[in-house]
Amino acid sequence: MTAPVIVRFDQVNKWYGQNHVLQDVSLEVAKGEVVVVCGPSGSGKSTLIRTINALEPIQKGSVTLNGTAVHGKGTDLNKLRQSVGFVFQQFNLFPHMSVLDNVTFAPIRIQKRPRAEAEALARELLARVGLAEKEGSFPGFLSGGQQQRVAIARALALRPPVILFDEPTSALDPEMVGEVLQVMKSLARDGMTMICVTHEMGFAREVGDRVIFMDQGRIVVDTTPELFFDAPDHPRVRRFLSDVRGEH
Amino acid sequence: MDFLLPADQMAMLLWGLRTTVLLFTVAWVGAFALAVILVTVRATEYRPCRWIVDAFVAYHRNVPLLVQVMFWYFGMPEILPEGIRFWLYDHNAEFSLAAIALALGSSAYQAEDIRSGLRAIPATQFEAARALGCNYLQTMRFIVVPQALRISLPPLVGRALLLFKNTSVAMAIGVAELTYRTREIENMTFKTFTVFGIATVLYLLGTFALMGLGAWLERRTTPGRKERRHA
Repeated sequence: MTAPVIVRFDQVNKWYGQNHVLQDVSLEVAKGEVVVVCGPSGSGKSTLIRTINALEPIQKGSVTLNGTAVHGKGTDLNKLRQSVGFVFQQFNLFPHMSVLDNVTFAPIRIQKRPRAEAEALARELLARVGLAEKEGSFPGFLSGGQQQRVAIARALALRPPVILFDEPTSALDPEMVGEVLQVMKSLARDGMTMICVTHEMGFAREVGDRVIFMDQGRIVVDTTPELFFDAPDHPRVRRFLSDVRGEH
Repeated sequence: MDFLLPADQMAMLLWGLRTTVLLFTVAWVGAFALAVILVTVRATEYRPCRWIVDAFVAYHRNVPLLVQVMFWYFGMPEILPEGIRFWLYDHNAEFSLAAIALALGSSAYQAEDIRSGLRAIPATQFEAARALGCNYLQTMRFIVVPQALRISLPPLVGRALLLFKNTSVAMAIGVAELTYRTREIENMTFKTFTVFGIATVLYLLGTFALMGLGAWLERRTTPGRKERRHA
């Protein structure tokens, strides 16, 4: 791999009380890669990506983002978090702000950029996710799919080199999944580095560079989409795939 | 108004209303500021801080307001140094001490209203703010407090109405506010119905104004108030 590594996990371990939720996780994600993380519920997928911007602490090992130790003592977490976008399952837009204000909030208030510049970028991003005409709306007036697209624009507004998706389509009605996936696919094609926890196997196959399969806090499989779907050699993966596809 | 009350008596009532409004304003501002401090102190992890705030709130919720006001007027000056005591008596002590007692009493309730508003904000809002690089103060200032205040607004308006009416308790220690003046004129003229009728209307004007202000604030802070619901 020639591209520089953006995210590196090195022997990461995490416990919730007695529960060992991440076990010796080691992983490297290079610039421009689209990595899909899947696995049964409770396998540690969400926890894994939440450690990258230190929404979750870890107990052993290290996570490195752009060469910075995420959980290191002297790390300025607020600064670090501005260099990684995060899209939540439940969107988590700010309900008291308009769509435009949601997107310009961090650039203006946190990064102290001029309002005009932030708004120009926000409009560009909203156009990109297909919501240019909704900039004056409030989150409560949007559908789930629209809210999630605004959330993606909000994450992109900090111009992060990497963006993390935590089951971005799991809370959506089926007919809205497509519009969000379309935005994600266009990001992937533009070369954005993405780590996506998702069960959207079509997305994984179409734009994923790698598929990571987790089970019980461990990375069990790390392979290409082709091998993952067409020649799954791990019994746990075969069971998972047949569950996801609804075969019995 | 001469057909109801002579102009000089009417002026006395209006002067009383002025004192009522002043007392309410001073007490409310003090109460709100103190409530914010109480909520902040209560939010710290340090246990004794929480006990102190809880005790403060419990006292003000469980002791009659009249007793609190009298305690401040008759009891408190006894333990003050002589210099401060005489200064107070020279400077409208009734008014200041009534304002303090009313402010403390109202702050306990307002603190509870604000705290429940804060607790209504889901943890995911904090998380979303943190994920964008907000520090604690930025998260509170831009994300949490604006939403919490919106939720606390209706109960806070209710507290303000209660405080406005409770200023009448200050007559017990001789503050010449509206109720005090009403009683005074009633004793002079025996036009009980008329005088209390006018006082009632004046109190209602005050409370209606507060309710109107509350409704206006609520409308102003409703997200998407200009938007028709079309998803």
